[in-house]
This record gives sequence, C-alpha cells and structure tokens, in this order.
Amino acid sequence: MGRELYRAIVDGILYGGVYALMAVGLTLIFGVLDIINIAQGILVVLAAYLSYVLSVHLHIDLFVGLLVTVPVMFLVGVAIQVLFMQRLRGRERTSMSLLASYAVMIIIEGVLYLAFGADYVQLNASYVNNSVYLLGFYLPYIYLYGFGLAVLLVIGLYLLLYRTGFGRSLRALMQDQTAARLVGININRVSALAFGIGVAVTAVGGMVFGATNAFNANSGYDLISRLLAIVILGGMGSIGGALVAAVFMSVTEAIVDIWSPTWSVVVFYAALVVVLTFRPQGLFGQREARAQ
Amino acid sequence: MSAGASPDTGRATGISRWRAARPALSQTTRGWTVAAVLLVLAVIFPQVITNQVATQIGVDTMLFVAAAVAWNLFSGFTGYISLGAAVFFGTGAYTVGIAALHWNITGDAEFALLPLAALAAGVVAVPFGLIALRVRRHTFVVITIAIFFIFQLMAFNLNITGGSVGISAPFLTWAPETFNNPFYYMALALAAGAAVLAWLIRGSRFGLQLRAIRDDEDRARGLGVRAMRVKLAAFVISGMVIGLVGAIWFFFIGQVLPQYGFDPLFDLSVALMTFFGGFGTLWGPILGALILEPSEQYLTLRVSNSYASELVWGTLFLLVILFFSRGVIPIVGEWMTAWRTRGQRLAGQPAADEAAAPGPAAPGPAQQPSTPSGRSAR
Repeated sequence: MGRELYRAIVDGILYGGVYALMAVGLTLIFGVLDIINIAQGILVVLAAYLSYVLSVHLHIDLFVGLLVTVPVMFLVGVAIQVLFMQRLRGRERTSMSLLASYAVMIIIEGVLYLAFGADYVQLNASYVNNSVYLLGFYLPYIYLYGFGLAVLLVIGLYLLLYRTGFGRSLRALMQDQTAARLVGININRVSALAFGIGVAVTAVGGMVFGATNAFNANSGYDLISRLLAIVILGGMGSIGGALVAAVFMSVTEAIVDIWSPTWSVVVFYAALVVVLTFRPQGLFGQREARAQ
Repeated sequence: MSAGASPDTGRATGISRWRAARPALSQTTRGWTVAAVLLVLAVIFPQVITNQVATQIGVDTMLFVAAAVAWNLFSGFTGYISLGAAVFFGTGAYTVGIAALHWNITGDAEFALLPLAALAAGVVAVPFGLIALRVRRHTFVVITIAIFFIFQLMAFNLNITGGSVGISAPFLTWAPETFNNPFYYMALALAAGAAVLAWLIRGSRFGLQLRAIRDDEDRARGLGVRAMRVKLAAFVISGMVIGLVGAIWFFFIGQVLPQYGFDPLFDLSVALMTFFGGFGTLWGPILGALILEPSEQYLTLRVSNSYASELVWGTLFLLVILFFSRGVIPIVGEWMTAWRTRGQRLAGQPAADEAAAPGPAAPGPAQQPSTPSGRSAR
C-alpha cells in the first residue's frame, strides 16, 4: 500500500511536469494576449502526429525530431495569431477569440481525422519500451526524459520572461497594453511571438504525450479539458500557478487511480469545483478587475 | 442593446426621434407578419413534404431553434457566453431515459416524463450557475467548459447512466412513414414557446435587468439590480428549455451515448447559430438555426465523410466569427437600409432630402461608423 502510494506520487510528479509544460503555454498566451487558446489540446495532438510521421516514415528519433516539430509548431502558433486572433477587435474580443480558437480546434481535428483516420496510434522508440530500475521500481525512460526536458523548458521560459528584453516587453504587455504601446513596444510582433512560443511548447508536450498514451484526433478534447482545468486551478495567467496545479492534478489522479481508475479524473475536477467555489480566481490568480 | 432596436434609442433630438419611430413601428408589424408566415410554413411543412429524410432534418432543425433561442435567452441577453449548454441537453436526455428504464414506462406514456427533464435540468442549473456565475467573461466561459466535461465524464463513468453503452429509449410502435411528424410538432411547439418566452422576457423588467447586466454589471448592481439572482433565474430558465430539447431528441433518436448526450459540438452549434443570426437579438437564434442546421445536415448527407463535413463546419464557424460576429441579420439589415436610402437620394426630392436625412435614412449611415469601435463584437 505504502509502496503503491509512493509510486503513484513519483509517477504523478513526473507526468505532471509534462502537463505543466503544455499548461504554461496556454497560460502564457492568456496572460499576454487575453486569449484562451482552446485549440491547445488539439495542437498537442497535431504535434504528436508530426512526431509520429517523422519517426515512422522518416525514421527520425523522437527527440531529434523535436528540432523540426518545435519550429513548425511555433509557426503554426504565429499563423493562428496573425491570421485569426489579431483581426478580432472590440469589447468582447476575449470571448470571440475563444470561439475562434474553438473553430480552429475543430478544423485541425477534421484535418487530422482526414489524414490519419480514427485509429489510435502511439509513438515508439527504445526508451519508450525499456525501463530503468530507479527509486525502488521500474520506470520507462521516456518518463524521465520527458520530465527532464519539461523542467528545462519551463526554466528556459522563466529565464526568457524575466531575464531578457523580449521578456520585459512581454510582461509589460501582460500588465497594460496601452502603456506598453506608449513606451514603443511593437504589440503585434510581441503578441505573435508569444502565441508562437505558447504553441511551440506543445511540440515537446505532444511528443511525450504521444509516447506515453495511445492517441487519435479525439484525444484533443480530453487534453484541453485537463489543461483548462489546470490553468483555472492555478489562476489564469499565472505561470507558477500552472506548475503547481499540473503537479497537483497529476498526483491526485495517480493516487485515486490506485482505488478506482474510472474516478481518478472526476476527483480532480471535483477538487477544481471546490476550489472555485471559494476562490473564483483560482489558487494564484489575480482578482478580476472591473469588467469595463 | 440589440442591433435591431438600437437605431432609434440613441438619438436625442425631437423631430428626428419622432421620424425614426415610424419605421420602427412598421418594423414591428413586419416582424409579426414574418413570424406568422414562418409559423404557417413550419406547420404545413411535414404535410407538404413527406420525405422522411426531409422531416427528420425538420425535427433536428426545430430542436436547434428551440435550443438556440433558449441559449440566447441567457447568454445573448446577459452577455455571459456559456459553452455548457450540452450539460442541460444531456441531463434532460438521461433523466427521461433513466426514469423510463426504472419505472418500466413503455410506448406513448414516455412523453409524460417530459416535465421531469425540464425539472432535472433546472435543478442542475442552480449549483452550476451558483459556481460559474461568480466569475465573468472568459473565466465564465472556461468554467462552463470545465463543468461540461465533468458531466460528460460522469455519464461515462456512473453506473446509472449505463457508461459508454448509454441508455435506450422505450420502443415506439409508430408507422415509420409518419414517425417523424409528432416529434416535429413537439419540437416546433417547444421552439415557438421558447421564442414567445424570449420575447416576453425581453420586454419585461426582468429582461431589462438582464440587458443592464450585459452592458455594465457593476453599474446595474449599483442601480439596485440583484445581479446574481437575475442571472441565475435566466440561466435556470434557459437550462430547462434546453433540457426539454434533450429529452425530445432522446425519444426521437431512441438512445443516448455519453459523447452525444454531452456533445461539445452541441455547445458550439447553438453559439454559432446565435452569432450567425445575431447575438442577443430575438430573431438571430431562430434564423441562425433555420439556416445553419439544414445546411449542415445537407452537407453531411452530400459529403458522406463526416470528418470532411466537420472541417467545413469549423471553417464556416471561423468565418462567421471573423467577419459576421455581429450577426448576419443586423449586417444584412444595414446593407439593405443603406441600399434603400441611396435609392431615395437618387430619386431626388431636393427639398425633402435635407429633412429626411436624419430621419428614416439615419439608421444605416449613422450606425455604421460606430460599429468598428463599439459594437463590433455584438
């Protein structure tokens, strides 16, 4: 029992790191642009399929393939922002962008179904099948590698945000768009880059997700509901909050999973509802300002 | 403010207001005429066109009219965009399904369970609303999505809902060639009832409070609107109607599966139809559903590949959001007004032209400049 619990916690933390990475992208896009990118889930699946194509048809190693998928996903993100989101104006811009990204999600889902069908696939590599004996039990290498990469990238994102000029303009944009424009920040450029970075992280998230789960185009719904829950629980726009919430979700799920696999997800959502009842802005979120 | 009513409310000075009031009056008469014609057409439709595929599309369309009107009744009037409508749809469907199963209700008697669907959806709407309505705008949208997924997961995992196998409806021993008709009239009655309800609410003090919340919730509260209570009431009413839609749909289809009872595409479809027709207006959701649902069904019939039709549907949705987010009806209305007034000017009457310009001619040109800044999202 104690051993199972211990294992569940380790599993949960390792997997939580990957979710954290995807959720950080989502919360970054929201924080900078006030856009809730509902398409984030299907973009993870798209990235997973890209890795799948590279590894199955071109026999490129999954981690080497990231050199291709990360820039591709970055460009996809920039394209979504420039082609669709940037055109939305007016008071209901946020709600409209949410609907627009929902539409983007459906379009990408349709394309993926047309291209790959509804069959489940999974990414394969030696380190997906082989396990290492660590901390008292066997663990597939991919969990360790994925977690390590996710941690590195989150640290990288943190440094980018808090230690560079670009990060400074990003944070300025998060605080006050008008003021940021007044001090000479190119809003459209920074916004497009932020959206691109927020989507680029799905390349890594998608690769690890695809290696640890069987997926098809429908997996996007499950992913986005989890990611949204993480981002809301952590507080919209809070990067630290997304990290904490991702690990919390993953560990809770892994622990409940010991008793009842079917209820593990529901427990997390129930926890979310309880938190929201007492703190509508999430754990680390700022209380919303006046609506207008 | 809806785009339909706005042209004559914003103007101040005497004569122009008096002049503007006249087209508004004739517009109301025209509205009643259109409503009467549409209703007559809708009533005789299954008598004239007896093709079963057509009547089946008719049932689906009427159900979506009812759902879109009900969705608009809360979301359109208050500005709180809910993407959790399927929660009520699924609740209605599952409630009558489970009740029929446990009480061994068979045949036509199943329709006696319909009020139960509305009741259950209303009961679900209260805690849902109490949690979700504490936050505004996008946070509200996201929470409705999260709660929607909780319900879908529960439908998959609970024993009472039959898990992924779902629940089957009692078998109806009706003649196949007229099987769709009773459902069509039920759905039509529900749609008409919902539209009348929306019309009554819109003209009432309650409706005014809802729209005050949409324009500025804090100010409305400052003026004494009990925002939470008002929002929750609209949310519950809207949910009850959508619950009825789900129940009728369940009897019509004959079974409910978690992914169709709690279908994210349903959430999206009602929102899309309303935005397409005109968000927050009375006619918007009706016309949006009347145009889009048959088109989508036709598309699905033509394009045998359902994934391709999903692709087209998503693209259509995106185009509506990007270019028609104020609604096709307000925009086309403006075009028509602009076109008509240009004709008037070309016709001459140099003396009357000066006086007439601020009057009937004003709504078109006067409203257009204000759109990019203020109302572009409506």
